[in-house]
Formats: sequence, C-alpha cells, structure tokens
Amino acid sequence: MLRLFDNAQYNVMRHWRAAVIVTSVFVIPGLALFGVHGLNTSIEFTGGTLIQVHANDPAINTAGIRAALGAAGITGAEIQTFGAPDEFVIRARLDPRSEQTDATTQETRDAVRDALNGAFSPEAFEVDRAEAVSPKVSGELRERATLALLLGLGATFLVLWFRYEWRFGLAAVIATVHDVIATVAFVSYLNLEISLVVVAALLTLIGYSLNDTIVTFDRVRENVKRSKRQDYFYDILNRSINETLPRTVLTSGTTLSAVLALLILGGSVIRPFAWVMAFGIVVGTFSSIFIASPVLLWVERRWPSEDVKVVKGAGMSAPAPA
Amino acid sequence: MFSTIRSRLIVIVLLVIGSFLSLVPRDVTIRERGPDGAMRDVTVKRVPLKRGLDLLGGIHLALEIDESAGPVANPDDALERALTVIRSRVDEFGVAEPLIQRVGADRIVVELAGISEPGRAKAIVERSAFLEWRLTDMDNRFRDQLPAIDRSLVEAGVTAGESAAQPSTLEQLLGADTAGAADSAAGDTTTALDGPGPLTALLFNGSIPGEFLVPEEDYPRADSLIRLDPVQRLVPRGLDLVWASEPISQGARSYRPLYAVERRAMITGEQLQDARATLDQTNNQSIVLFTLTRSGGRRFRQETRQHVGDFMAIMLDGRVFRQPPVLRSEIGRNGQIELGSASLQEAQDLALVLRAGALPAPLEIVEERTVGPSLGRDSIRQGTQAGIIAGVLVIFVMIGYYRMAGILAVLGLAFYALFTIGGLASFGATLTLPGLAGFVLSLGMAVDANVLIFERIREEVKTGKSPRLAVDAGFNNAMPAIIDANVTTVITAAFLFQFGTGPVRGFAVTLIVGIIASLITAVFVTKTFFLIWLQRRSATKELAI
Repeated sequence: MLRLFDNAQYNVMRHWRAAVIVTSVFVIPGLALFGVHGLNTSIEFTGGTLIQVHANDPAINTAGIRAALGAAGITGAEIQTFGAPDEFVIRARLDPRSEQTDATTQETRDAVRDALNGAFSPEAFEVDRAEAVSPKVSGELRERATLALLLGLGATFLVLWFRYEWRFGLAAVIATVHDVIATVAFVSYLNLEISLVVVAALLTLIGYSLNDTIVTFDRVRENVKRSKRQDYFYDILNRSINETLPRTVLTSGTTLSAVLALLILGGSVIRPFAWVMAFGIVVGTFSSIFIASPVLLWVERRWPSEDVKVVKGAGMSAPAPA
Repeated sequence: MFSTIRSRLIVIVLLVIGSFLSLVPRDVTIRERGPDGAMRDVTVKRVPLKRGLDLLGGIHLALEIDESAGPVANPDDALERALTVIRSRVDEFGVAEPLIQRVGADRIVVELAGISEPGRAKAIVERSAFLEWRLTDMDNRFRDQLPAIDRSLVEAGVTAGESAAQPSTLEQLLGADTAGAADSAAGDTTTALDGPGPLTALLFNGSIPGEFLVPEEDYPRADSLIRLDPVQRLVPRGLDLVWASEPISQGARSYRPLYAVERRAMITGEQLQDARATLDQTNNQSIVLFTLTRSGGRRFRQETRQHVGDFMAIMLDGRVFRQPPVLRSEIGRNGQIELGSASLQEAQDLALVLRAGALPAPLEIVEERTVGPSLGRDSIRQGTQAGIIAGVLVIFVMIGYYRMAGILAVLGLAFYALFTIGGLASFGATLTLPGLAGFVLSLGMAVDANVLIFERIREEVKTGKSPRLAVDAGFNNAMPAIIDANVTTVITAAFLFQFGTGPVRGFAVTLIVGIIASLITAVFVTKTFFLIWLQRRSATKELAI
C-alpha cells in the first residue's frame, strides 16, 4: 500500500534558519526588482486602452503593426505577442498622475483601430479583445483591489482569532503575509501583468495557504490538549507537522496538478492566473511546513500563554524528538 | 437524524434530484427579433446557466453623465431617464437578452452579448440624439462682427498663423490643448500687421447666409480659435457657431462648413413622434422621414410660415446635418433629413435613436470591454480541456494512493461536480473564464476534505481501532480542521465577490459554491459510501485505505 511520509519524524523546526535564508534569497532580489521596474499593472489599474488582434496573415508582425500605428501618428504604444505568434496585444497605458481625460482613452482606442484598418485588409486580422478604461474607473478598480486584499487578510485574521487564540492567528497571518510577499516577488521575476484576475488569484492564495496552516495548527491545538506536563512545545510542533505531512503533500499535489493543467492547457487569457496559483500552492505548502510553526514558537516565547502550561520552557534549542 | 444508511441514501437521492432539476431546461422569456423585424417576447426552454461576455463574446460598456460641457441640473433623474432611453434603443437595435442596469450612484452598465459590430452598438448607446431645427444667421450679424473679433484676437496675441502652427495629429489624438498650440504662434508678430485677421484668414464665404467654409486642414485651428474667450464674447447675442457634422468637397479640396445659427430652436426632437429611414429613389440618397406630434406640428407650421425663404439648419448633437435647406413653404408635421452619401444602415441607426428619444444629458463611456466571439470559443475549449485533464489527474492520484477508499472519494467527486453545477444553475450564476478556472481549482481542493478524513482513518487504524470505529473517529476528528480551513477560503471569496467586477465575481461564486458542495460531498456523501462499504465487507478484514 502506498504511504508517503508515513510515521515521518523529521525535525522540521530545526531548519527554521535555513527556511528564513531560502525565503530571503528568493524574496529580496524579487522585491528589489519590483522596486526598480515597478509593478507591471494592467490597464484596468493604470487606465488606458488595450487591443488584442489575431492575425490571419502571417505577414503581420510586431514591426508591421508598429509601422501602421506610426503612420497614423500613434507612437509609444506597447506591442507584444500574446500566447501565440499570431496574437498581438497593443497597449497604450495612461500615466495615472497625468491629467488625461476620459474621452482620450476612447479616442486612442478608436485611433488604433482605424490605423489597423487603414494598414491591413479587413480579412487579414480580427480584433479579439478591446478594452478602454478611463482614469476614473481605473482609480476605482485600484481602490477596490487594495480593499479586497486588505479586508480579506483582516477578516481571516478575525476568524482565526475567534476560533483559535490570538497567538495562533498572528502566526498564521505572518505565514500568509510571507506567502503574499513571496508571490509578489515571483510576479516581479516573471514580469507578469497584474490584472484583476491576478489579484483574485492572490486572494484565493491567501485562503489556500491559510487552509494548509490551519490544518497544521489544528493538530497543534489537539496535541497541546493531549500533551503531558513535561512535553516541550517545540516537540509538539514538530510532531504536529509530521503528522499532517502526508495530507499537506497530497492535497498540494492534487491541487497543483489541477492548476498545472490550467497553466498548460487553459489558454493565454487565464495563464497569469494559473502562474500565480501554481507558485502560491508551492510557497503556501512551504510556509505551512517551515515558516508557520517556527513563527508560532517565536510568538509563544515572546508572549507566553497562561493556559498552555506546556509552552513554558519551550526553546529554540530544545532536543530533537527521540 | 441521518444515522441509518437508508435515511442517508434518501437525502443523497434528494440532493441529486435537486441538482438535476436545477439543470433541466426551464422556460425563459427573452426578447427576440421576430420575422417581421419587430422585437417581441418569446418563451424558450434552456439550461439556466448563463455564459459571461468573456465566453460568449460581446461588449460591456460603463457610461456616466458627461459634465464637461456644463453641469447637469439633476444628474440622478437624468441617469434614470437615460436608462429608459438606452433600453428602448437597444430593444430596437435587436440584441437578445441585453443587460442594462444602473450601478452605484452615477453609472449605467450595458452588456450586449454576441454582438458582431461593437462600433455600431456603441454609437447607438452613446449618441445623445438631441435633434433641433434652428435658423441660420440671415442678417449676417456674425460676418459683420468679424473685423472686431479679429482685432480682439490680435490684441490677445493671436496671429494669422500658417499651417505650421497646426498641432500634429498625435497631439490632437492624445488630447493636447489645441488652443495652446495656437497661442504658441503668437511669438511671430511681424507677419500679422498687414495681413487679414487671424480668424478671417481661415474663413471662406459659403453659399448661404450664415455659412462659412474652412479648409479641412485648418479645421482644428479654427475650432480652437472660436473657442477662445475674445471670440465667444464678441459673437452677436442670440447666435451660436456650430460646425457641420461632415466636411464637404469642392473640386479637389475639402472644406468644413461653419454655421452661425440662432440660439433659439424652432423645434426640438422632443416633439418628434416617428422617424423612418428610406432611400430617395430619384438620387439614391438615404433620408430619414420624420413625423412630429400634433402640437409640435402646429408650432412648426407657425414658425416656418414666418420664415419662408430663410435657411433652416438641422442640428443633431450640436452639429449641423448637411447644408441647411431653404424653407420654400410652411412645414407641418412631416419632414425629412437628407443624409447624402450615408448608407441606408446609417440612416436606419439615426432613425432608431431619434425614435427612441434623446438622452437627457450627454453620456461618456468610462469603461469598455469587447471580446470577439472566437476568443470566447477558444476560452471555453481550453478551459474544458484543462478541466478534464485536471479531473483525470486527481482521479489517478486518489485511486492510486487510497485504493478502494480512493474509488469512493472519486465517486464522491462526481457528486461534487454535479452539486456544483446544479448549485450554480439554481443561483442563476454566470459562467465566466475565471469561473471555469475556479471550478478546475476547486476540483483539486475538493479532494482535500477527503484526504484529511482518510489520513485520520489511517491514523486511527494504526492505533488498533476496528474499521468501523476508525472510520467514525476519522470523520469526527477531521471535522474541525475541514470547517476552519474552508471558512477562510469562503471569506476571501466573499470579499472577491464584493469588490470584484464581472469575470472575477464569476470566479468568486464558483469558488464559494464549489467549497460548499465539496463539504457536503466529503462529510456526508462519501461517509455514506464508507458506511455501505463497511456493512458489505466482513468485519475482520483489513481496511483498504
């Protein structure tokens, strides 16, 4: 019978320093990159126009489109292939600080369309997608996305606080914030475009990563109840991680395989979402094993709880379980 | 309550029947274009699962009142009336199942699915269609005022610039202030002293009183000039300067007519009762025939009687349509608008917006999303493919790892899929591409509850419990973790629903419904299967989990 991590007895807690280093090595350059380039936000958040064109004529390429736009007096538009060599996305973003009026967003969109119509025959291409977002709307969307992220985090913290004691809640939230930051670093490495759907993926990720952490902490809570007076909290944490390890790995495995199917087969529109989810599952699993419990131990040492007597005497240097 | 297998089976059967019932095609009333061309309500049977615009292809517009030309007195009321007008226009345009609704305090959202000509649909929704008839400046009061206007322009530092002063097309495109470009020519003061005035230099006399022709290439500059304060101040009282909607060509050159018209309208579109497009047989021109209301017709007759021999401009949305015709006799209730080279379809669209009435205030599009039908088809195909592969992978892992128990879980997964789709249908949820992704994602998550339970059962078996006790203890001990873990996901999904827009909301709904369905499946359906399995096998045999 297939058994993964059956009776595992890894001293996971011992590796907390390594986990911190791995995280820092991954996150810090990513955030630095993000600091240099800024986030690649979609026109939903910057305002502006986007046209996705499917070329039926292989002669149409990025340079040809640029020339056609240039001939119509439109310069500075961003032209990229999108998913396939015959799919092109033309973006004209607005600078959120400039005084662009709503009308010009529409006009730019129409002008791009006219320029393409002028340069290519109607059969040579079709417009798959056209979006025009005015600065007013993009400002609202930015606000709503930020609110959704902050309130989502806040509300889950409240639930954890209500269901567990606050130390568990705090540790779970720190682990989750770690996941969000690591994912932002990942997004910045891949230069993924941040759209509403990517924000949705980030929020889902918060729920998912908490899910993993909660299952572990639930086991911790149970083991604390069962524990004897001489047990170290350090050991209880280790035992809880090991006991939930088969479940953690298996669930992450099935969810990850579903998301990988989406990433490979789901098409270009959903791909950024799938990238964020795939990475999120990996980092969420990592953090629930290597980050959440050490953080919980740290929180318990800093603010020892009264009712959990076993916690007293817990230390980072506690002996490994036999 | 559900202690016996029999009562559990009854509940499961009821849930399955409920899910199937919610998927049975229902009677839905939709508006459709009948064979006679009129819109009418038709009842059809269909599966109550709507596809979103991103899968179906179509256009999504968000409109707000445009106050750039001046404040609107009662925006709330204007928006409400605009909603009615847009509704009747879309109705006449013939889009099946449009979504037209007010969102928030100041916005109207229009969603038209399956539209093949987004540009036309947009024009029909957005056009103000404010129609008015005004007399032209018969006494040439504006022309007499031109020297004074030129003088004040020169005093203000504007000179008769050459074409070089024109802003580039890009600047216009991006909304650069064209008046600023005109001002920049002011540095060059020497050439202007003896030349004609800045405005007069651009104007040629038209063929009727109050008409001026501006070479098309000078149109942007002339337009920015007449917006300048010195000009606006000196335009004679009771007159407006209005551009023609289209340029006209004379010989090889193209001119944009500018009209000085009376500010007072003889009559406006509010008195319009009907408008029909037709083709004038004699010269193959598109025309719109209109009929005024009884009282409107009376007033129009009175007005036109006093002005026989004068020229009357037909203005639509602040532009003059074609050259103003001369009033040969009084006009009653019936008249026509000549559209010249415009196609019959354009004439029909104009007649349509005239019939549906003018918007109470100009609207601007603040957000537009168009998805072509082929992109939507691709998305559905790829999303379904990914879903099937994901399902196969999950089934493979579960059966490979948990053997018999895995088969039960996979069986449960089939119920999960049915409950999710049934739940979505009974909520009348809209299926979007992120929604499809959410479904695929929740497939992976749906097995999580099973995994939690199975791992618990394995642990209980290890402690030496009998299979029956191990199963009970496994289900019971796994419950707190299952509930807590799913509550957080539901909460984040709820925030997504609250703050998200169309497609993202579809994702949130799918996630929430999927999680609830997976909870029901794991803790109830799969457990029932387990109980049946335990009952049918010998009590001493080892549990295949």
